[in-house]
Amino acid sequence: MVTEAKPKTKRQIVTLTINGDEHVSLVKVNTTLLDLLREEFDYTGTKKGCELGDCGACTVLLDGEPVNSCLILAVEADGRSVTTIEGLEKNGKLDVVQEAFVNHGAIQCGYCSPGMILSSRALLNRNPSPTEREVRDAIAGNLCRCTGYVKIVEAVLAASAESKA
Amino acid sequence: MIVPEFDYLTPQTLNEACALLGEYGSRAKVLAGGSDLVVKMKNGLLKPDYIVSLKNLQDLKGIRYEAGTGVIIGARTTHNRVVENEILRERFPSVSAAAGTMAAYQVRNIGTIGGNLVNAVPSADMPPILIALSAKARIVGLSGERLVDLEEFFLGPGKTVLNQDEILAEIIIPDQATTGSSYIKFGLRRAGSLAVAGVASSVMMDGEMAEDVRIVLGAVAPTPLRAREAEAVLRGKKVSQELIEQAGKIAAAESKPITDIRGSAEYRRHLVDVLTRRTLKTAIEKGHV
Ligand SMILES: Cc1cc2nc3c(=O)[nH]c(=O)nc-3n(C[C@H](O)[C@H](O)[C@H](O)COP(=O)(O)OP(=O)(O)OC[C@H]3O[C@@H](n4cnc5c(N)ncnc54)[C@H](O)[C@@H]3O)c2cc1C
Ligand code: FES
Ligand code: FES
Repeated sequence: MVTEAKPKTKRQIVTLTINGDEHVSLVKVNTTLLDLLREEFDYTGTKKGCELGDCGACTVLLDGEPVNSCLILAVEADGRSVTTIEGLEKNGKLDVVQEAFVNHGAIQCGYCSPGMILSSRALLNRNPSPTEREVRDAIAGNLCRCTGYVKIVEAVLAASAESKA
Repeated sequence: MIVPEFDYLTPQTLNEACALLGEYGSRAKVLAGGSDLVVKMKNGLLKPDYIVSLKNLQDLKGIRYEAGTGVIIGARTTHNRVVENEILRERFPSVSAAAGTMAAYQVRNIGTIGGNLVNAVPSADMPPILIALSAKARIVGLSGERLVDLEEFFLGPGKTVLNQDEILAEIIIPDQATTGSSYIKFGLRRAGSLAVAGVASSVMMDGEMAEDVRIVLGAVAPTPLRAREAEAVLRGKKVSQELIEQAGKIAAAESKPITDIRGSAEYRRHLVDVLTRRTLKTAIEKGHV
């Protein structure tokens, strides 16, 4: 009988730039990016909902693009840059999208808000003047059980208008 | 939810990846975007001992045009890149549109066209339009590479012609004389829902004559299905409303749907009729859209 060599790749060093700061950790390779952010680095603004890619609560920006962090293994994101909701505020000032969500009553329980705001921020980065339909398409992967979406869409359109003013 | 443990392998070349897959056989799984694999592992449906990540294989990413060959899409290209790509938008906007019907924006930044094909789920959104456009799969394995018509690629739910050591490298949409193509997906919501049925049609029109027609049905059989009898109704004929209606009915009769939570077999057959007519009309009147 040949005994198989015990696998040695169960843990790996992962380096991420999170909200501009470099973070290094030795992670089990089956850790999701979501769990690494929340459990290891305390970025608990990134929410855990369905864990299957359906709800968008776990949305973060990976190299600027919104993704479901529950579907991505941390090791797959090694060397890349992540923006969480904590990273949007600059010098103590909320981002215009965050500001607009507050002012338009687009937040009720708040569980969907971090993901919703990051999806909206990414939309405005690639398309500064979206139509209502484009806003709805961009946040289609972010489920909200409270607001009915109307206030959220209003907030994103307002943030777009304000950014141009 | 916990992803079961595995060994993580990150080959630097396609050859190395094939060697690892050949060595570990059914104990290994390829990881592209992971939007299917990670979900299946969390649900306990798959517990591979080894994961072979394609993340370092940059050659498998991107879309290019080669005169005399066609549009070449790397298997690791994500859906959003297919949606936005200028080459596709100019030549085959129907392919970009099909990619845009999938999931939602975040998943489309993760999921890849290769994963969508190799997954071989009957409701997958990319196979019908790609088969309608006679696309080919470039497959690389330990003993070299081969080109397979995408139409021959699918063997059953979750089953493709890929051997254990093989990787889907590229999808090639050949230069062609088709004049129009269209995919319409019917889902229960506008986003984040799988196809209850999806139909793609391509046509090669000469004035009002349909020189060639391809109709491909999704989510109504174990694999994507060519509706050959429906195609024959139109091929070589002057197109008329009556013939299009006849093609719809025949395509519905050719489909082999099942009843599941998304819809009954009867409803799916009705959808095939409607979507066949709509995609044919769109392809005939509007070109590749
Ligand atoms: C919330 C959600 C919504 C979705 N909605 C849709 C939808 O509307 N329509 C739809 O069609 N799909 C949908 N999907 C399914 C999935 O996202 C897509 O099929 C996607 O394209 C899979 O690609 P991937 O790169 O993530 O695949 P992975 O999960 O990485 O891989 C899928 C399978 O293919 C194999 N594989 C991947 N790439 C290769 C390759 N190059 N060579 C050999 N084998 C390979 C893997 O081993 C695995 O078995 C959805 C998924 C989620 C989570
Ligand atoms: S927790 Fe990731 S999509 Fe729901
Ligand atoms: S505010 Fe409660 S889920 Fe959106």
